[in-house]
Amino acid sequence: MSERLLTIEDLRIEAGERVLLEGLSFAVAAGERLAIVGESGSGKTLATRAIPGLLAPGLERVSGTIHFEGRELTALGERGLRSVRGAGIGLVFQEPMTSLNPALPIGVQLAEGLKLHRGLDDAEVRRRSIDMLARVQIADPEACLARYPHEFSGGMRQRIMLASVLLLEPRLLIADEPTTALDTLSQREVLQLMVALTREMGTALLLITHDLGLVAEYTDRVIVLEKGVMVEEGMTADVLARPKHPYTAKLIGSLPRKDGDRAAIAPDAPAALRIEHVRVDYPGKAGLFRAGAPIRVIDDVTLDVRAGEIVALVGASGSGKTTLGRTALGLKPLAGGRILFDGNDIAKLDRAGERAFRRDAQLVFQDPFSSLPPHLRIGEIVGAALRHVPGLSAAERQDRIRATLDDVGLAGFEDRRPHQMSGGQRQRVAIARAIASEPRLVVADEPVSALDVTIQLQVLTLLQRIQRDRGFACLFITHDLAVVEQIADRVIVLEKGRIVEQGPTDAVFAAPSHDYTRRLLAASPALALTETLAAQQ
Amino acid sequence: MKRSMHSLLGFGLVGALLVVVLLGFVWLPYDPLAIDLDHTLAAPSLAHWLGTDEFGRDVASRAMLGARISLLIAIQTVAISIVVGTALGLVVGFLRGWTERVIMTFSDALLAFPGILLALALVAVMGSSRHSIVIALAIAYLPATVRVVRGSVISIREREYVEASRVAGDSALYTMWRIVLPNALPPILVLATSLFGWVILSESALSFLGVGVPPPLPTWGNMLSSARPYMYAASWLSIAPGLCIVATLLGINMLGDALRDRLDPRDN
Repeated sequence: MSERLLTIEDLRIEAGERVLLEGLSFAVAAGERLAIVGESGSGKTLATRAIPGLLAPGLERVSGTIHFEGRELTALGERGLRSVRGAGIGLVFQEPMTSLNPALPIGVQLAEGLKLHRGLDDAEVRRRSIDMLARVQIADPEACLARYPHEFSGGMRQRIMLASVLLLEPRLLIADEPTTALDTLSQREVLQLMVALTREMGTALLLITHDLGLVAEYTDRVIVLEKGVMVEEGMTADVLARPKHPYTAKLIGSLPRKDGDRAAIAPDAPAALRIEHVRVDYPGKAGLFRAGAPIRVIDDVTLDVRAGEIVALVGASGSGKTTLGRTALGLKPLAGGRILFDGNDIAKLDRAGERAFRRDAQLVFQDPFSSLPPHLRIGEIVGAALRHVPGLSAAERQDRIRATLDDVGLAGFEDRRPHQMSGGQRQRVAIARAIASEPRLVVADEPVSALDVTIQLQVLTLLQRIQRDRGFACLFITHDLAVVEQIADRVIVLEKGRIVEQGPTDAVFAAPSHDYTRRLLAASPALALTETLAAQQ
Repeated sequence: MKRSMHSLLGFGLVGALLVVVLLGFVWLPYDPLAIDLDHTLAAPSLAHWLGTDEFGRDVASRAMLGARISLLIAIQTVAISIVVGTALGLVVGFLRGWTERVIMTFSDALLAFPGILLALALVAVMGSSRHSIVIALAIAYLPATVRVVRGSVISIREREYVEASRVAGDSALYTMWRIVLPNALPPILVLATSLFGWVILSESALSFLGVGVPPPLPTWGNMLSSARPYMYAASWLSIAPGLCIVATLLGINMLGDALRDRLDPRDN
């Protein structure tokens, strides 16, 4: 190992009585790329916030030393730390929507650090800013200086953030889940730029992530944290191929991978859900005295989902996949086309028919925190759709609720409220709510993307088992191709509201025919990692 | 620490007010309406703790009865304003569309008048009585309630659990009543407490202006109003009802703050 840039010894962070991080020691060499992985609550973010002295109020570094470039950071006052932040240690955070100041043009925000730390004149600041924006591949960097953050997409914003941090040529770049809020394609662009630029500048990279795929692809060394304790440290390739600690093995084992056979559904089996030439418009930006021109978000989409199969709907953010899922359930007005459920047009149902449709077609939401009404008990939430089942007595309803909760592994949770449960448990409740009325179609909208990896695997396996047991048709919306690989029988790729490719999952993954599908597949680090690991075995 | 001191003080002041009002039902030092021309404008003494007014009526007894009347008016006004405002705000915020445009146009038109002026005009039209004061103040504070409830409902209707209720097949009415309303309650409860304070103040102001509860029934406001000519000769006449109003408002505002802190989901 070459010269040591950062050395942390015996770091311990507490919040009141609770110990959040304990006995953490590690070193970063100049120019090295180190990953810290862990699930939520592992303390990975805390560890890195403590380095530049940015712990949130209420959190306290109880002991430990942080040595950076020959200086002891814990001994520096706020003034001393300010000179280290930015110039010595650069930080990129998860949320590009909030880390840039929306009220200032990009140019001003880029210049801030240069003026503060380097004392350069305006012309030089401008020259360097344009140069750096070009290096992060922003088209027309001169014009970019005068524009505001909201004019850029998430991926562009994160590249601008990267540019503003790297302008100061820090010796260490700390990137805390820098691409978690981005879709697969922008994630790849940002990370590749980050790695290429830090390598060029000789900057060390400390990447905080929950995604083992990213660790495998972009870092040399890895530290695994579990509940505030470091359980494993080593070269990335070694750790992933031969994990020593059971927790690391569990993390790796939780990567989605194909298990079991795909459901064999006859291609001429009748479709539970059929979407025909559907178009959906959103109202455009309205002027003072005129309605805005509508924006087409779903354009001439035709697809089938048959009973017993899981069809994955994939695409980048903005591709319209969530809108299409809601449309399939009749929750969005159509601008054209029709939706058939069991052969009947859902726009032409009578009252009884509509009530039956509401019972038979259900939705699992992405975010288990906002999709459960906080004031109701779990039993009431799960039984919501059962109120509309005719001829079901109160006692029978309670039995159904109990049986459904039992089925998702939450027996005896009827009287709890959502806030008393973990994210994984909540998502089980959301699944229970969707299946309680024994629907024949379930639309699952990114049901696992808000969950930790190990929980993700449990919930996916659960959903898969229940779907096989009950045989409903499932439209599974996701951006994660590794999840598709594990769960879907067929896959439909959506780009800008249009279907660009569809077919059996294995066939599409083996030989993607559309360029967009190929780019999505190439950009999926988890998929690459599972393949590598599978090849090694 | 500081927070709990505040809520303790709030509870204390409001509690004391309630005790005084309840006590007034079973025992008053003197008949608050009994005129005693031998003892007019008497200074506070052991016989008359807070002195007597220009007709020799006991100020302490009048303040106790005044508390009952002020409180009754405040409770009725807040109840009407909150119930009607919540119903309108819920419907408007949940349905949006033309219902919202019509109702909000009316509401905004009302909002354009200062509340006290509007109440004054309404009382002038209906004639001054306790009922017309309640109705006038309820109407004057209605637009504020509708706005608060509507804002809260609009943010809640975008939550996924509201969509989930629709997917489950619930009717719009059910979703509004069982799913949206319970989650919109915290700001409404906090509003109700502040409204309580405003109404007591407005009722006092109306009485002070002479269109409030007609004499000889006392309210803090009309006591203050009739004390004005004797500001220097008999300052206790103004101080007693004035202090009552200040203490009540202080207590209610502190209680409202405490309530807001308790209901803040970030604290859970």
